[in-house]
Amino acid sequence: MTDLSHIRNFSIVAHIDHGKSTLADRLIQSTGTVADRDMKAQMLDSMDIERERGITIKAQTVRIDYKADNGEMYVLNLIDTPGHVDFAYEVSRSMRAVEGSLLVVDSTQGVEAQTLANVYHALDADHEIVPVLNKIDLPASECDRVAAQIEDVIGIDASQAIRVSAKTGVGIKETLEAVVHRLPAPKGDRDAPLKAMLVDSWYDSYLGVVVLVRIIDGVLKLKDRVRFMSNDTVHLIDRLGVFKPGMLPMDQLGPGEIGFFTAQIKEVRDTRVGDTITSERKGATQALPGFKPAQPVVFCGLFPVDSSEFEDLRNAIDKLALNDASFSFEMETSAALGFGFRCGFLGLLHLEVIRDRIEREYNIDLITTAPSVVYHIFMKDGTQQDLHNPADMPDLTFVDHIEEPRIKATILVPDEYLGDVLKLCQDRRGVQLDLTYAGSRAMVVYDLPLNEVVFDFYDRLKSVTKGYASFDYNLTGYQEDNLVKMSLLVNDEPVDALSMMVHRDRAEMRGRAMVEKLKELIPRHMFKIPIQAAIGGKVIARETLSALRKDVTAKCYGGDATRKRKLLDKQKAGKKKMRQFGSVNIPQEAFISALKMDS
Amino acid sequence: MPDFIPADDWRSGGFGLYLHWPFCKAKCPYCDFNSHVVANIDEARWEAAYLSEIKRLAAQTEGRVLQSVFFGGGTPSMMSPDLVDSILRQIRASWPAANDIEITLEANPTSVEAGRFAGYRDAGVNRVSLGVQALNDGDLRRLGRMHSAQEAYTAFDIARSVFDRVSFDLIYARQDQSLADWKSELSQALSMAVDHLSLYQLTIEDGTVFGARAAAGHLSGLPSDDLGADLYLMTQDMCGAAGFDGYEVSNHARPGASSIHNRIYWQSGDYVGIGPGAQGRLTLDDTRWSTSTPLAPTTWLSQVERTGMGEDPRDIVSAGDHRTELLLMGLRLREGLDKARLAANGIDTDAKRIRDLIHLGFVADDAERLRVTDAGRPVLNGVLREILAD
Repeated sequence: MTDLSHIRNFSIVAHIDHGKSTLADRLIQSTGTVADRDMKAQMLDSMDIERERGITIKAQTVRIDYKADNGEMYVLNLIDTPGHVDFAYEVSRSMRAVEGSLLVVDSTQGVEAQTLANVYHALDADHEIVPVLNKIDLPASECDRVAAQIEDVIGIDASQAIRVSAKTGVGIKETLEAVVHRLPAPKGDRDAPLKAMLVDSWYDSYLGVVVLVRIIDGVLKLKDRVRFMSNDTVHLIDRLGVFKPGMLPMDQLGPGEIGFFTAQIKEVRDTRVGDTITSERKGATQALPGFKPAQPVVFCGLFPVDSSEFEDLRNAIDKLALNDASFSFEMETSAALGFGFRCGFLGLLHLEVIRDRIEREYNIDLITTAPSVVYHIFMKDGTQQDLHNPADMPDLTFVDHIEEPRIKATILVPDEYLGDVLKLCQDRRGVQLDLTYAGSRAMVVYDLPLNEVVFDFYDRLKSVTKGYASFDYNLTGYQEDNLVKMSLLVNDEPVDALSMMVHRDRAEMRGRAMVEKLKELIPRHMFKIPIQAAIGGKVIARETLSALRKDVTAKCYGGDATRKRKLLDKQKAGKKKMRQFGSVNIPQEAFISALKMDS
Repeated sequence: MPDFIPADDWRSGGFGLYLHWPFCKAKCPYCDFNSHVVANIDEARWEAAYLSEIKRLAAQTEGRVLQSVFFGGGTPSMMSPDLVDSILRQIRASWPAANDIEITLEANPTSVEAGRFAGYRDAGVNRVSLGVQALNDGDLRRLGRMHSAQEAYTAFDIARSVFDRVSFDLIYARQDQSLADWKSELSQALSMAVDHLSLYQLTIEDGTVFGARAAAGHLSGLPSDDLGADLYLMTQDMCGAAGFDGYEVSNHARPGASSIHNRIYWQSGDYVGIGPGAQGRLTLDDTRWSTSTPLAPTTWLSQVERTGMGEDPRDIVSAGDHRTELLLMGLRLREGLDKARLAANGIDTDAKRIRDLIHLGFVADDAERLRVTDAGRPVLNGVLREILAD
């Protein structure tokens, strides 16, 4: 056990691509924590998808032994936090596990919206914050301007900002010294009853659930019996250690230390982020504050394109859920799409990550239905229900009113794109809360309905600002609005997978866009097909797909029989990839494309 | 569903022989048939190979009554009348011939070939099918044909005087062809005293010059889907009005003049296939076989000479494959297929998807026969996909 005065726990706050992972790699490497030959880029991001997208989903830690200039050995624990808004709660818990943060800002870019959101988490956790200006090796680096922007926008002193090039190694030594001398040592009482905070957990197929903890008070020892206070379960610690960044076994962990244990736990669902872990006997009576169970925010249906793959999908979802307690699912039956699952996610990124992993790791083609938020439906009889799926919308005659979730969105954007961003927010029923300038960049704060954001807001924002805007949001609460369920009918049959909740004033526009798009996406059939958008029984938009007039092979004689037969067999196989609605076949791209809006 | 094909099912279609002559004077840019241009052809070697194959296959189908012989190609009118005569002698010596046996030879309408018509007739050919393709010189050149419209007329007149039955082919839906253009050309064709016409929409096939040009975006002026449909419908109307029944998707005949040979294909009968690339269907000992031969002329020829057998290993046509072929081929015919025969093959003609097609007007509501209506024929591929859907 290391004395509290020689421990420093910290996280790195940064926007994607500002060099967080490279800086972490450099800190690990320069202290000899990992031998040069074992070093690979982005040590801490292990999943493919994380590497590709440059995001971290799970909190990960590395323990760095550092001999400071004063000759003393220090233990530095770095927690790499999930940086994305979908994982705001996980970030807030990780922040509570450390005492300080390095605020890494790309000196060629400046502060971004995501940086802000995470800085606020750090400030909420009373962190000491050390600004680090990265990428000073680049010609476009503007340290003074960015330092001024940090003071201006975030309101912290940036005069002592460390100038670093994680790429060339300049400033790494200064950064390590700053961690030792400018960040506070953790506090804790070795003799108090054990109190450890569960920072994160994940499933390992050899070890079972691995739990990442920060010891607040007391000492955690191998063979201890511990109690999880949120669900009152007891487990025997059978493996204890720290990450360097490989697993290094330890006999005990004391206050201020960050490490892992395993305890024959089968499901991550039993290990909730933010939970308090104490001894089975003479344990703490008061849990640590701030624990919240995960709450899915965005729902959608996932269906196998090939209905025979339903069992494979179930298997994939079960396995993914083993490692992700925040992802919820239940079986769903759709008239159109057959058997599938209604899944809940922390946000859109979370949705995309899970969907990509099912498609990639389990090789299942999926149809993803329109993402939906959770609506509060207030019935005339005074009861209230949560609506996760527009298909379950109760009869309007029994509905008193509907509330939808709203968010506070923060967007940082170069001046020249401001007009487009304001128009986009306005079009999405936004209410402007704030508009300020930091240098040549505007910071816009909008109150927006979450349902307008879950479709393709981020894609649109990227496209109208050529990728220069950054965006972050947090949920603010529920608000009543004039919401209706819009159904899509193909050949007079409702396609449940395409029904959606929309604002009444936007319904015509959405409906028109949807039917026009479907007209392009559905192949012509032998009969004409009406495509309609409707609210209740009232059609608000209509297109007609004209009938295919000619589809016949001109020549077919004895020598063609085999070839034409094989061609038909192939077409039959292709048709299986389509979904049948009555007598209309809809290719799966139609579902995905129809849900993307162009305006 | 039965996993066997009724042993006498082929009898509903009949029995014929197809003989493939793989050579042409030039390769047409739209043609994906097995045809080759060579400088010298040793007819004696080919004759020996054809005769040997006829004998070999006759031994397997002994006693069957032969209803048709078809010389296809390539350009079979390049064969000397003596070669045709020798082949037909061997055929007559090998199978009993039906009284009304149809012996067709495909011919190019050039003066050289017209000079051989009488010789073919004397050998036993009683029907020619002329590859006219177009009746104006500009389009003939674009289609890569070696004759002029005037030559075609002359050859046609000679054929008419020599043979009882004459058919000719035209290709329409050509580049930059308007409805009016085709209307006048088709009127001209119908005014000529023929009893049979094959009218094909130009189809761009992979592996042809047109296919490559189309893939490179250099084939302009092809009709839109709508114009293609209008051209097709106009063709049906004009032929019908002139007394030429559209008895198959692309074939029109005066009463009683439809092609016996092609009906064997469309009704899934048995046919012997001889020559490079020729395919056959033979039902032998309760098994239906799909036969095929080496495509390359020299490969086929030397294989016959060396081994005495010009065939690739045969494939079994499964009951399911046969069901598909029955419908795929048979529904091309206006008269369709006998429902009792389909039932014997395990096809439920009262299935919901067929009733749906009847409701949509694409399939006729007929107690005896499953047949596609005039509205359904232009979208036959779609009708087939529906009927054959799992």
